[in-house]
Amino acid sequence: MILGFDPKLIEIVLLSVRVSLTAVVIASALGLPLGAAIAVGRFPGRQALIVLLNALMGLPPVVAGLVVYLMLSRAGPLGDFGILFTPAAMVVAQTILILPIVAALSRQVIEDAWQEYREQLRSLGAGPLTAALTLLWDTRFSLVTIVLAGFGRAAAEVGAVIIVGGNIDGVTRVMTTAIALETSKGDLPLALGLGVILLSLVLALNAGAYWVKEAAQRRYG
Amino acid sequence: MSAAMLPLVLDSLTFGINGKTIIDRVTVEIGAGPRTIILGPNGAGKSVLMRLCHGLLAPTSGSIAWRGAANGRNRQAMVFQRPVMLRRSALANIVYGLKLAGVAPRERELRARDVLEAVGLADVADQSARVLSGGEQQRLALARAWALGPEVLFLDEPTANLDPGAARDVETLIGQIRAGGTKIVMTTHNLGQARRLADEILFLDRGRLVERSPVESFFRQPASPEAAAFIKEELP
Repeated sequence: MILGFDPKLIEIVLLSVRVSLTAVVIASALGLPLGAAIAVGRFPGRQALIVLLNALMGLPPVVAGLVVYLMLSRAGPLGDFGILFTPAAMVVAQTILILPIVAALSRQVIEDAWQEYREQLRSLGAGPLTAALTLLWDTRFSLVTIVLAGFGRAAAEVGAVIIVGGNIDGVTRVMTTAIALETSKGDLPLALGLGVILLSLVLALNAGAYWVKEAAQRRYG
Repeated sequence: MSAAMLPLVLDSLTFGINGKTIIDRVTVEIGAGPRTIILGPNGAGKSVLMRLCHGLLAPTSGSIAWRGAANGRNRQAMVFQRPVMLRRSALANIVYGLKLAGVAPRERELRARDVLEAVGLADVADQSARVLSGGEQQRLALARAWALGPEVLFLDEPTANLDPGAARDVETLIGQIRAGGTKIVMTTHNLGQARRLADEILFLDRGRLVERSPVESFFRQPASPEAAAFIKEELP
C-alpha cells in the first residue's frame, strides 16, 4: 500500500506536509526574531514573558485547537473569515502551538550566545538590533534544529487539527487525523501504513538536520 | 589623522557591584605616547578598570572623560583575554568590525585583506575564524581592532591563554600596532611581559591605584610597599 502510491494516501501525506510546513514557516518568521529580541532586549515584563513562553511550550494541542475553534467559529470574533474546517484554520492552530516552542528555545540559544558575545559586540559598536541580527546568524545551525523540532511537533499532533479541521475526507484529512480515524474504524493496516510514513518523515528530517549541524560545526566551529 | 581623543582623564573613578567596591577612587590622566601597562595581582580590578575606560561599564561614582578635541567611540578599540570570533570567515570577522565602524563597503575588504597580511593570517583569510588556533584567533582579534585604525587600543591580558610562542607573536604584533601610532593600554599580571612592553606602569591593588612609575624605576625601586611585595613574590 505504501509502495503502491495510493493517490488517496499521497493526498493525505502532502496535505500534512503542506499544513505543518506553512505553520513552521510562519512560526519561525515570528518566533526567531521574538526569541532574539527577548534574549538581547531589556524591557519591563521580560521575565514574565519568558516564563509564559516556556509554559506555552507545553500547551496541549486540544486546548490550542479549542481556542482557535472558538475564535474562528461563526459566532467567534474571527468568524467572518469563514476558514473553520479548512487547511487555513489548521495552519493557524499549529502556528499557535509551535510559536512558543520556536520563540522559547531560540531565546535560550541566543541568550547563551549573547553572554559570550556581548562585550565584543558592544566594543565594536553594535546596538541591540545589530546584535540581535548578528546572533541570529551566528546561532543559525542550532536554530535549524529548533525549527525542525517545531515541524516535528506540528506534524505529529492530532488534537488541534482534528478540532479546527474536522478531518474532512479530501479537504482537511491529514496523517494524524487519518490514523486516529482508521484506528477507531478498525482499519489497522492503513493506520499503520500512515504511521510508518509519518515516523519516516520525522526521522529523515531529523537525520538531515543532525547531519547539517555536524558538517557545519566541523566547518565553522 | 583627525583630532585626538586623548588624554583620558579619570577623576575619583569608583565602581562597585552588590555593595562591593571593585575600583576605589582612581584618579589618573592617561596621555598619548607611552605604552601604559596596568599591573597588579588577580582580583585587583585591572579588567574592570579597563572596561570602565573603554565604556563597557558605567562608573558608580566619579568621572571618566576623553579630554581631547575629538569625540567618538570608534577611535578606540579593545581586545579581550578570550577572543570572541563570529561564526564566519577570518576575513568576514574584520569586515564586520569595519562595517559597524561605518567604513564604506568598497573599502572594507581591501582594508581587511591588508590587515590580515600584516598580522600574518592572509593564508587563512577564508577559513572559519572559530576553527583557528588560540594564537591565530588572538592575532585575528588584534587585526580586527587594528583595522579600525584606533587612536587607543585597550588590551585585557591578551596573552594569558596562550602558549609562549603564540604569546611572543602577539607581543610582536602589539609592537607593530604601537609603531603605527596607536596608544597602547594593556593589563597584565605577568612581570616579564610588563618589563618587555611597558613604558609606564600603573600598579593596581585591591581597586586602588597605588603607584604610577616609569617602567625602569618601578622594577628597580618600587615606590609603594604593595608593588614591592608583588615584585618580590613574582620574581624568584
